[in-house]
Amino acid sequence: MAKDPVCGMEVKETQAAGTSVYKGKTYYFCEPGCKTKFDENPEIYLKPKEEEKKVKEVKLQSAEGRKTSLIKEREAKSNRIDLPIVGMSCASCASTIQRDLGDLKGVERASVNFANSKATVLFQPQLIKPEDLIKSIRRTGYDVGTASLEIPVRGMECASCVQNVEKALLGARGVTKAAANLATEKVRVEYIPSEISLTQIKKIIEEAGYKVLEIPHDQEAEDIERIVRQKEYKTLKRKFFIGLVLAVVIFVGSSAHWFPWVPDFLNSFFVLWTLATPVQFWIGWQFYKGAWGAFRHRNADMNTLIAVGTSAAYLYSVVATLFPNLFASAGIEPKVYFDTSVVIIVLILFGRLLEARAKGQTSEAIRKLVGLQPKTARVIRDGKEQDVPVEEVVVGDVVLVRPGEKIPVDGVVKEGKSSVDESMITGESIPVRKKAGDEVIGATINKMGSFKFKATKVGKDTALAQIIKLVQDAQGSKAPIQRLADIIAGYFVPIVISIAIVTFIIWFDFGPQPVLTFALLNFVAVMIIACPCALGLATPTAVMVGTGKGAEYGILIKGGESLETAHKIDTIVFDKTGTLTKGEPEVTDIVVMNSLSQHALLRYAGSAEKASEHPLGEAILSKAGEQRIDLIDPVDFKAVEGQGIEAKVDGRSILLGNKKLMKDRGVKLRDSESRADQLAEEGKTPVYLAVDGQVSGLIAVADTLKENSLQAVGRLKNLGLEIVMLTGDNRKTAEAIASKAGIESVLSEVLPEDKVLEIKRLQSGGKRVAMVGDGINDAPALAQADIGIAIGSGTDVAVEASDITLIKDDLEGVVSAIDLSKKTIKIIKQNLFWAFFYNTAGIPVAAGILYPFFGILLNPILASAAMAFSSVSVVSNSLRLRRIKLVRQEEK
Amino acid sequence: MEKIIVTVLGLALVILVNWYFLFSRRRERQAVMKKDRLQEVTVRVKGGYDPDVTVVRKGIPVRLNFYRDETADCSEILVIGEFNIRKPLPAFKTTAIEFTPKEEGEYAFTCGMGMLRGKLIVR
Repeated sequence: MAKDPVCGMEVKETQAAGTSVYKGKTYYFCEPGCKTKFDENPEIYLKPKEEEKKVKEVKLQSAEGRKTSLIKEREAKSNRIDLPIVGMSCASCASTIQRDLGDLKGVERASVNFANSKATVLFQPQLIKPEDLIKSIRRTGYDVGTASLEIPVRGMECASCVQNVEKALLGARGVTKAAANLATEKVRVEYIPSEISLTQIKKIIEEAGYKVLEIPHDQEAEDIERIVRQKEYKTLKRKFFIGLVLAVVIFVGSSAHWFPWVPDFLNSFFVLWTLATPVQFWIGWQFYKGAWGAFRHRNADMNTLIAVGTSAAYLYSVVATLFPNLFASAGIEPKVYFDTSVVIIVLILFGRLLEARAKGQTSEAIRKLVGLQPKTARVIRDGKEQDVPVEEVVVGDVVLVRPGEKIPVDGVVKEGKSSVDESMITGESIPVRKKAGDEVIGATINKMGSFKFKATKVGKDTALAQIIKLVQDAQGSKAPIQRLADIIAGYFVPIVISIAIVTFIIWFDFGPQPVLTFALLNFVAVMIIACPCALGLATPTAVMVGTGKGAEYGILIKGGESLETAHKIDTIVFDKTGTLTKGEPEVTDIVVMNSLSQHALLRYAGSAEKASEHPLGEAILSKAGEQRIDLIDPVDFKAVEGQGIEAKVDGRSILLGNKKLMKDRGVKLRDSESRADQLAEEGKTPVYLAVDGQVSGLIAVADTLKENSLQAVGRLKNLGLEIVMLTGDNRKTAEAIASKAGIESVLSEVLPEDKVLEIKRLQSGGKRVAMVGDGINDAPALAQADIGIAIGSGTDVAVEASDITLIKDDLEGVVSAIDLSKKTIKIIKQNLFWAFFYNTAGIPVAAGILYPFFGILLNPILASAAMAFSSVSVVSNSLRLRRIKLVRQEEK
Repeated sequence: MEKIIVTVLGLALVILVNWYFLFSRRRERQAVMKKDRLQEVTVRVKGGYDPDVTVVRKGIPVRLNFYRDETADCSEILVIGEFNIRKPLPAFKTTAIEFTPKEEGEYAFTCGMGMLRGKLIVR
């Protein structure tokens, strides 16, 4: 092997496109262009060699230690960087990149090697930065395989620290970009994994005097939160049990009339006070803390209500304990309500415990998804297998996957065959066969064979990362139905406090004796029973569980709004090609018109079409391939635009095309014409085959329905939806396909750009329209529809125009998505009803509105029990969504 | 007499409560200008927003760094309705929100339920 001195490509001496002899040495070239360039000025291509040698020496010394090499390189004024290039398909790509790089100011020499897809650049760091080199390459239309990572760094305290860190990193070879952020205390590094490892990057930051924290995987933030939550949960539990014991003792002691066997000392106000105080201020401390935090920000929340309510009962009791005479002189029997404040606190803690447990389950779907992320990948670099962290896999890497292993990132199979379990991403339970050229999705599991694939999407671009992001965003969103509840929640607490005070005044002014006691108890009851939490949790919890459930089935819903609109849909418009049908024409009929056999007919047609790229031709070719027919190369092949083809096969002249082609060439159609019309009637495209000027047969080609289109349409009809098919096909073909799919309304001969208009027309007729399409050609129509459903997007998860994305190419997903929407909205409505009903009915009852009529008063203890369980009931109701079955599953 | 005192004090308290929680003025802070034409402010989220009111200049990109210093669910989601922003804030993490205010005015930001309130004033 020799090296082309111009482009750097490896050339076999025997296969070189040209050779030149210069100064007694023979040079070999990959293409004539390189030879011409070399002959014009050989020196410029040979001189750099010398420099490269020098650089190599520096590199060799670096074996002594990374540190010395860094210093030496800095001394050697110009830096060298090897950039892996993605997307080069020929040697001329290499020379384009090389030329563009060479033209940049500050670049001393650039050589791009097509064979190993690398650009080696010598440049002066003071004049140009590596990221400019990368930009230049990207501008030419190629990409550079870089990895990028956020590293948390401690100790950066000022703007100059930021500069220090960035400078240190940019000085290292392999780092292409470094940006430190003081606020987040993070450094974003873009680097070339084959040049510098993560460990080296960390070392550089530490050598600059800063501390590198453990690099978080995406789930870490969630983990910290979970750890803290778990700790809080434990503390809460402990406090609850201690509180429970004390509350029981206090309750028994305060209710001597019910428990006459209780020793007398427990009835003492002072003993009760002593027992109640730790509950009030230690166990109930979180309410004070929360209330104070909110108060400082001029906010009021439920902590405010609980803190004020229980404090009122507690303080009243303290006064009654210390100065009983004060009450006696006013003619009131001194009483204490330590039991009230203590039991309220304990009950509300109990409610929070239940709520925390239930709410942990609402985000389970995300945790499951995050847990799917693979940690390492086995990549092949420089011909060697090596295990690297999945963050270091770059686009273009070749990754090896063995049986039973997780596929680390998205990509395209290069060699090998296997079947892959994609259920975690698409919801499809049957493993999918994969061969060279097929797409594989990261986080799915390889079942059978080993294969190699080329990474096409890494990091935040993988399907899984996008799914996680989509679901997270969707879970954070709320349905518009919640809006009213939100507006109320914003003013809720101050209003409740106001109502409580007014209640106090009314009971004090107009109530029965002892007025103070009644006023106080009803004040506390109003404060305690109001529950803004139930209002606030009604929608978000249901949306969280609903979107999570969808993700399990490969149904990605953009947010609460989409979820809500989807259940109001009354019309579904399906795009025909690629949505209802497979989108690839297939040969459906072969009609023999004379003595020629079907086999011979297909052989002639297939051979004639061998060079054709027309979709109809491809359908015929694949049919011939299916039947293992040996095709031969046609002679004198000619395509007749819009009509068909002509060619010579085995010395016989073949005409393959439509009626017009036959008529133009004077071929008599006879009874083949009526047969052809019949086929067209069935929605198929008939192709005439004439051999030596005689019609020998017909081949019908049609785009066939997907296996479950008919079922899915039937189920959507059962849900009471009107189904419309939209297509550019002529009316006959369109109606034939539609009737097979069980669809009555057809909009045919619609130009692609008019699809939007058709949707608008339906909408102006008062319909709420969902459009189902492939997300690429149909994007405008998807966006126009009330709900756009993109289907079969594979690894392109984030389809901008759609509200719902179905990862799997399966119409059943549409049924499931609508079903899920209906079920989720039903739960939300139930939740909102209960939350509103509970608060609107609960507050007046607590205020004593029933007392004048029925003599009913709500004990504050009962109020607190009601309050504690209101949020729990809302959350548990939402959790029911986890167990629902979507239509598709029920049928299976 | 007692009744009059209780009634007057009670009603005064109602007015005070509503004024304090709903209508009173909050602390303001001016966003810090960075040299790369970006105004930045860090807001600590704990039982409310600290600072409550942030003043930013019109037409210059704004980065609000929300650091959520608690696990309390109330502050889990941040909403800036006018800018169509609705974002979950992970606990003990800084979440940056970037946008460019185009028009002068006052924009409220709240928690997911609208109970915690802060304000962004564009001048």
